[in-house]
This record gives sequence, structure tokens and C-alpha cells, in this order.
Amino acid sequence: MAVCTGCSLLCEDIELTLKTGAISQVKNLCRKGHGHFQALFTERIVPKIDGQEVSVDQAITKAVDILRNAKHPLLYGWSNSALEAQRVGIDLGKKLGATIDDTSSFCQGILMELVLTGKLPTCTLDDVRNFADTSVFWGADPSNSHPRLLSRFAYYPRGSKRQKSYEEERNCLVVDVRKSATAKLCSNYFRVPPGGDADFIASVIDVLDGKIPKYGDKKRMIELGTILRKTEYGVIFPGVGLVYALQDKIELLKTLVAKLNEITTFKVVPMVEHYNMRGFNQLLLDDSGSINRVSFHSGQVTHGPENSIMAAAKICDAALVIGSDPLSSLPFGTAKSLAGVSLIAIDPRRSLTTDAAQVVIPSAMYGLEAGGSAIRMDGVRIEFEPIVKSDLLSDEQILARIKEEI
Amino acid sequence: MVGAMEIYKLLPTDACKECGYSSCMALAVALLNREKKLEDCPALLNPKYADKFKKLKELLAPLEKASETGLIIHPEKCFGCGNCVVACPVNVAAEPTRCGIGLGPQGDRVILAVEDGVVKCMNVKECRRFGPNKVMCNACTVTCPSKAIEFV
Repeated sequence: MAVCTGCSLLCEDIELTLKTGAISQVKNLCRKGHGHFQALFTERIVPKIDGQEVSVDQAITKAVDILRNAKHPLLYGWSNSALEAQRVGIDLGKKLGATIDDTSSFCQGILMELVLTGKLPTCTLDDVRNFADTSVFWGADPSNSHPRLLSRFAYYPRGSKRQKSYEEERNCLVVDVRKSATAKLCSNYFRVPPGGDADFIASVIDVLDGKIPKYGDKKRMIELGTILRKTEYGVIFPGVGLVYALQDKIELLKTLVAKLNEITTFKVVPMVEHYNMRGFNQLLLDDSGSINRVSFHSGQVTHGPENSIMAAAKICDAALVIGSDPLSSLPFGTAKSLAGVSLIAIDPRRSLTTDAAQVVIPSAMYGLEAGGSAIRMDGVRIEFEPIVKSDLLSDEQILARIKEEI
Repeated sequence: MVGAMEIYKLLPTDACKECGYSSCMALAVALLNREKKLEDCPALLNPKYADKFKKLKELLAPLEKASETGLIIHPEKCFGCGNCVVACPVNVAAEPTRCGIGLGPQGDRVILAVEDGVVKCMNVKECRRFGPNKVMCNACTVTCPSKAIEFV
């Protein structure tokens, strides 16, 4: 049995049959996870300095030189590494006096902070399977982003209190700007215009208060209010769509959840994309009091938007990017700034960032070549063992060596 | 997926009854259920219906890929989400502690399983749609987000 590290569901029921150089057969792995594992055999990288192939030791030594001489180093990525590597990474950040940030900074960060600090009630996915009768996917399309979420936890499985499952006992609501693949399956779909989520929430609160909603189709909103009121155990899965639409108005979601909890039980489980983003947020929160955007410069711990990847990329003079591809995913200005500094990339696979990096260090893929542990999207710790023997160093070993040499 | 009316429109519609059915619509349904072949309609073999015969051949070609229960899987559309695996009542009965609670099956008594990232059909005789006393179950098709599974 292997653990898939393709998304934050960390599916543990994967059966792999291997032959030399490829996966010959794999059971229970979704298409996304299959692509994730298959790329292991097609998109590998070799250690490089300035485009020239070198040994791993030379690449690590060069990375140490760059980081040691940097005045404002930036450590970024982390969401695709095991907890053990993240732990070493935070210690390395302290040692270097570096700015440290992860992908949650421009993704689910503001929502994750509310969940991890206990300001939003949350539950595990096993609770969702066993007790939930209403799942609300808001600004999220799990059929594409987390393909097995509906089948493993949220809608189709039979739980201890939900034996009749989707046929009679479960509702699945989708609130989204488009009729996504998930919206086609759900029992009720509510369309919102882009950026209209705040108004929609205000209308839901009005309906729950027994008032006439100001926004949207009144009949449909009252229908939604009735479903929510009748719910025994509800779960909201907010996606990046909702987080981007709300931004500064995230308090509205808190108000809605508080209002729902006055009537019945409602929990929030953020739709985390990368497999261990929540793990990094939790570790950094325990360590520094903030989930991301932390600077250890001059021995002082500071937190704020000035330490986010967007701002830090413009002032840093060296960056270590681990398990992420910021040059593809970040806005052009930030990507251009990052590409201009001394860039060290640690990744199991080729990406635009590894192509542009000054130093490239290949690492073993967690879940397949390296063991460790990670935090699932609902906060449950999942351990995994290596399935394939590999000579490559894991993220943890690479970072430990860098830390030691510094 | 092709419907009986589409097939009917391309048949001679002269109700000659030489195929053994009382109307061309009945033949269209039989063709859709793969109980008859195009060659069983003698009128269609007439050269004046050559174009229609050719179009019907093309129209009915996808049905040849269907299983005995009429299930057609389009692997290129499949997400591998496993909704059908968990929703299938036969799968749940075969492995209640696996498929029943959302996990992938381990044994070989199930009808649907996800292999290499896409759904695969096996043990077709266990399907509720198999045989003359079939139940028109559609748990696997209604739970598919990408319409990768359909019945004829």
C-alpha cells in the first residue's frame, strides 16, 4: 500500500505493481495521482549549477555558498514536503535569518489561519463521512482538484450515521461561478457572479434571520436557507474561489458559520491543494505564532505582508525554492524578480523554476521514494513509507546537509 | 449516445416486416439493444439506401464497444474519481468494508474498479443490468462527473 501525495487527500489505499523503470499497474489511484506518480519516470532532473551538470555534493556546496553570502535570503515552497523536511527548513530559516513563506500566502492562508487558531470550527474527513448530511462546496470543484473527495468522504460513501448516503441522507450543495463538474453531480447548484460571494453570504444570513434576502433569486435563497436549517451536521468546503472573492471580508464567512452554528452544527474544512500545506502552516504557527509570511531577520521574528512571497521576491538577494514552481504560478512581476536573483531549486521533477534556477538539486519523491509524514487537509497526520528504492536524497536530508554546512 | 429515433430516421420506414418486427421503430430499438444486425433488414441492402446504410454503420459503430450490459467506458474522459466504484450497489455488497466506506476494492468480485487512473469494468455478469431479468440501475452513470460511463 502506498500513499498518494498528488493532493491533500493523501489517499492511503493505493496498490502499486512496479517493474524496472515504470509503474506497471496501479489500483485505486485517480487520474491526477496517476499523473503525479507517472511523471516520476519522465520528468526527472539532474543536479546542475548554471546549467552545467554536476554532482549532488557540488550542488549542495554551491547552494550553501549562495545562502551564506545572502543578506536577505528567502525560503519558499514547503507545501510539497514532508513534516520532517519542513521542520529542518524552519530551523534553517532561523539560522540564516531568512524570510520564510509558503504557497498558502497567496492561496488559502487567511482561511487556514482562522481554522488553525480555532476561530472557525473544523472536523476531520472521517467525521464528514460518518455524520455529515450536508456538504457545501463553495468556490471549489473537487471533481477536478481532489478527485476522490466525493467518493471517499463527502457524498457517496456510507458512514456510521449515514448508511443511506447520497441516495437519501446526504445533500451536496455547490456555490460557484460556473457549472463545474461537481455542480453537475450535486443536489443543488447556486450560481454567483465573480466576486459576488460577499453579497451571497449576506443574503444567506438574511434568510437564516428570517428576512427577505436583498441579493439573488429570493425563492432559491429561501430554498437554500431551508436546506441549511434542516441540516443536522453540515460541512462547508471553501475553495480558493471563495477565499479570493472575500479577501478582506473573510469575517463574513465567520459570521455565517457562527449564525449556522446557532441553529445546527456546521464545520469548515478548507480545500487545501498541496499535500502538506496545512502541515507547514501548523509547524510555523507552533514555532513563530504565524502560519506564513515570517521573517527571522536579525534574530527577530516578524510577521506581515512585507514578508509575503510577493513582497519578499522583490527585495531578496537569494531564494531557495523547494517543491514548488513559483515561476509558473506567481504573477509575472514576482516571477521575474525571483528569476533575477540567485535561485536554488530543490524538486523531484523538472519545472520552469528548475529550468531557470542557478542551482538545481534533485530530491526523492515523498510517498514513493521517501518516507515521512504529512498533515491531510482536515488536520489528520498521515505517515508514509518509501515504496521504491532510490539513491536520491530526500528534502529532509538535503536541507539537513545545507543547515549543517552553514 | 445514439438514440432509437436517430436510427429510425435512417431506416427505410416502409414497415415491410421482413425483419420479423411489426414496425421499423421496433427494429430500431432491436438494433440499439444489439438484438438484430443491419443486414437483417433486407430493404436496407437495396442500393438506393446505400447512403443510409453507411450512415447507420457509422452510427452504430460505438455500440460494438459496449459490454453485454450495454456499458460503454470512455477512458479519455475518466477522472478516476471512483464515484461509480463507491456508488455501485454490487460493489458495496461485495466489499462493504471497502467500497461501502469509500475505499478502493481489494478483491476481484467487484464490477467497477479504478486501475491506472481510469475506471475498468469486470465481472459483467454480476451487474444488475445483466440478463433478461435486468434491473435498470444507473448508479454508476449518474455519479460520473465527466460522463465517462454511459449505457446504450
